[in-house]
Amino acid sequence: MTTIATKIGLEIHCQLTGVKSKLFCRCSSDYRGKAPNTNICPICAGLPGTLPLLNKKTVEFAAMISLALGCKLPDEIAFYRKNYFYPDLPKNFQLTQYNAYNITSIGVNGKLEYISSKDARIRRVQLEEDPGRLVYASGNMDTSVYVLIDYNRAGVPLVEIVTEPDFIDPKEVRMFLDKITSIIEHLEVCDTKLEGSVRCDANVSVDGGNKVEIKNISSFADVEKALRYEITRQRTMTSREIQVRSETRHWDDARKVTKESRTKEEEQDYRYFPEPDIPMVVLGSEFVSFIKQSMPELPDKRKERFMSDYGLSDHIAKVIIGNKELADFFESAIAVYLSPKEIANWIVTDLMSFIDERTKKEEEEEKEHSLFAGLKVGPEHIADLARLVDQNMINRATAKQILGQTVRTGEMPSALAKKMQANRIDDVSVLTQAVQSVFDMEQAAVQDARVNTNVANFLLGKVMKITKGKADPKIVLEMIQKKLKED
Amino acid sequence: MSLDTLHVEQVVQGIKSREFSIEEYISQIFERIEKVEPKINALVTLNKEEGLNRARRLDKKIREGKQSGPLAGVAFSIKDNICTKGMKTTCASKMLESYVPAYDATVIKRLMTADAIIIGKANLDEFAMGSTTEFSRYGPTRNPWDISRVSGGSSGGSAASVAALECTASLGSDTGGSVRCPASFCSAVGLKPTYGLVSRFGLVSYANSLEQIGPVGRTVSDVVSVLNVIAGSDENDHTTTTNDSKPTYLLKERNGLRVGLVTEFIKGADSAVSKVIYKAVDTLEKQDCNCEEVSLPSVQYALASYYTIATAEASSNLARYDNIRYGFDMNPEGYEWNSYFARARSNFGEEAKRRIIVGSYVLSSGYYGKYYMKAHQARSLLKHEMENLFQRYDVLIGPTMPILPFKIGERIDDPLKMYLVDIDTVVANLTGMPAISVPAGFAESLPVGLQIIADQFAEQTLLDVAYSFEQAAKVQRSPDL
Repeated sequence: MTTIATKIGLEIHCQLTGVKSKLFCRCSSDYRGKAPNTNICPICAGLPGTLPLLNKKTVEFAAMISLALGCKLPDEIAFYRKNYFYPDLPKNFQLTQYNAYNITSIGVNGKLEYISSKDARIRRVQLEEDPGRLVYASGNMDTSVYVLIDYNRAGVPLVEIVTEPDFIDPKEVRMFLDKITSIIEHLEVCDTKLEGSVRCDANVSVDGGNKVEIKNISSFADVEKALRYEITRQRTMTSREIQVRSETRHWDDARKVTKESRTKEEEQDYRYFPEPDIPMVVLGSEFVSFIKQSMPELPDKRKERFMSDYGLSDHIAKVIIGNKELADFFESAIAVYLSPKEIANWIVTDLMSFIDERTKKEEEEEKEHSLFAGLKVGPEHIADLARLVDQNMINRATAKQILGQTVRTGEMPSALAKKMQANRIDDVSVLTQAVQSVFDMEQAAVQDARVNTNVANFLLGKVMKITKGKADPKIVLEMIQKKLKED
Repeated sequence: MSLDTLHVEQVVQGIKSREFSIEEYISQIFERIEKVEPKINALVTLNKEEGLNRARRLDKKIREGKQSGPLAGVAFSIKDNICTKGMKTTCASKMLESYVPAYDATVIKRLMTADAIIIGKANLDEFAMGSTTEFSRYGPTRNPWDISRVSGGSSGGSAASVAALECTASLGSDTGGSVRCPASFCSAVGLKPTYGLVSRFGLVSYANSLEQIGPVGRTVSDVVSVLNVIAGSDENDHTTTTNDSKPTYLLKERNGLRVGLVTEFIKGADSAVSKVIYKAVDTLEKQDCNCEEVSLPSVQYALASYYTIATAEASSNLARYDNIRYGFDMNPEGYEWNSYFARARSNFGEEAKRRIIVGSYVLSSGYYGKYYMKAHQARSLLKHEMENLFQRYDVLIGPTMPILPFKIGERIDDPLKMYLVDIDTVVANLTGMPAISVPAGFAESLPVGLQIIADQFAEQTLLDVAYSFEQAAKVQRSPDL
């Protein structure tokens, strides 16, 4: 029997950026880029006498997420106060949900297949409010003598997704998070590209040792790194027979390490109790069927549709579905010109390589934005390109060349193809003449070329120079090789 | 002509018929305040300048023949835990000593729309936690009938200011009897409406699931006039009812009702008090009411249930007072935030601290089921029992307070003894049912209040009985001061 060495569980927070207002007041949920403490009202600032007003839309969104993750929904939900003191909490309690005393949060006991035949169990999905933001004077908790508080974010709706410890390595976690991202993007509840819109805490234990929580991982991209670091740390300790302590560690974004929390986190007693100011929200079967009806298509369904309706292969469909932007791009392109397989191929093989290239550059700069940022290519371009190839107007090699140009300039492939055709020297006599003159001038090279075939490329270069690049290099090379054999 | 003795309807009529101007009336009110306030200490903030300016503006409006509101000119004191925009709202606490709200409570908005005038903010026990108004940072409010005695609480300032003719009506808040207790002690009329009838938006929360804002007046008629303005659902308070968005209550006598005198209430009262209540029963019977004694056994759990739930909610509600966003002057320099919070929060008064500690305890893990859940079970039991009784009776009655107004300082060192006086009032808060205290008479020259409780949203029945009784009993209201 093999023992499972590593156990990882996740706590994911995603902001419901798809709603307009905060969870319990009418302030905008879009707090980004605003001057500190301008996106607040008496309610989210927790002023005395204010009462929370539940934003019903958030319940619908949280229900969608719960259903997408295979969770059961209770007949009614309540909100609970989680009491603890912290300067970013305007009321010194957080309104959240709770699972105890026969009451549950909006989603419980779910299951998500994130790669074929691999499931992760979802313990619960709950709706809660984001706290404010602490801004350290020197940019860092350890060296600041004071802290500033910005409540603009306070009260922004969050959905917390908690998994069972079902992952055995960081790669699985990465794939799970990709799937979650695709789901919440498809549901249009959360724009995962916005800074801080998705956050993840992870707990990890190795070889049956104590569980360590890692907090403060501010992007999905860093979760894998944090876990790798932490697993190595724990394994090193175990190998030296040092016991791993059960503790909460913080991910140091700058140094890419997990570190002990500076403040000793005591065993907290949150003194949960039901929020008296928010009446129970009745969900019921009618609500569930309403949500099911109004729910956007989920990635798994969409993938099936791409395969059955458009004949895409499992692999191609999976790559396209992996990112909602890519899938939307694909559907827009085939709406312009219906050649799904051709278009899918262009997207998955060629377009993706441009995207990957750009993403690699970005990783060094730590930026996250739209998949197509910086690339001047739209669905209509790919549709146009596919049409040219389908109609044998250009060959694949030319098409690739054209795509390279389109991505940089945004020119339509058909326009580029026309331009190339117009410039091309097709006249065989002109080409023959050019080849002849190079052979005359470079006699030594011609001799070498008869022995070393690579030298033919040198001759090709000379011909291209004479023709100012307007010759088709493929044709010219054939002519050179033919001539070398003839003479 | 003495305008400060007029009731709400008399003020409104007098102004409408141009018998006197609002300015004349409000000026007399402020003269009265100047005269009696040093003895009573009912008001913590005066709104004299703005009050008089508003009076002149309203006079002008009326002179110009424009439509005026149903409470045009009527002078109100407002319990100082109800937010008034631009006017300090201190909750009689150091923690909010300089706090000026950025918004008006819904009830204040409604009073303003009705053209009422706020003459000042009324004293209370800190954060409405108390039954005597002794736990106020501004000192106790004294009972106008005997200034050596407590006014009752926590809305002591509201009831005393009404009884002492410093205003015509007042708004208090009632979490466990805080409107009815001082109304009873000061010989005023005080109503706790059904939970959800009046918006709590802008009422600084003490125990959210129990409390309601309620009117205090010298007559049932006053209370009806104010209730008609403040009652009704509010989009800013999701616990307000949506059945009847703007109910209207009438002032009418109604005889021949079925009345249950709660045995536990009358047996638990001092004999001086119960004598007055038995006399009140006679009065009701003379009006063809059918009175009989009924038992409410679950009352034995009421106080424990009330203090568990109230302190639990309070401990959480009061957590926000950490002196970061508002509060009093205290330099954070040199403090780590935890120690700053602790230092700042040590400025709560003794009773508030006591309730925070008790509330934190009953909610802590391992005790939740033992206390908080149990308290809710008792609450359901009590509600169920009451609902059953209302199948047979239109209203339940008893004394509002089991004892007469006592001396200031007499019970302040014995919290348990203090809590016991709430036994008759907490029932209405736990069950969400409406209850009113109407002056029933005097014992040893001190006021005794009759409490009438009705089924949820049966305010009209409650007011009918209260008005009929008031008409028959003719009990003296404001004392000579």
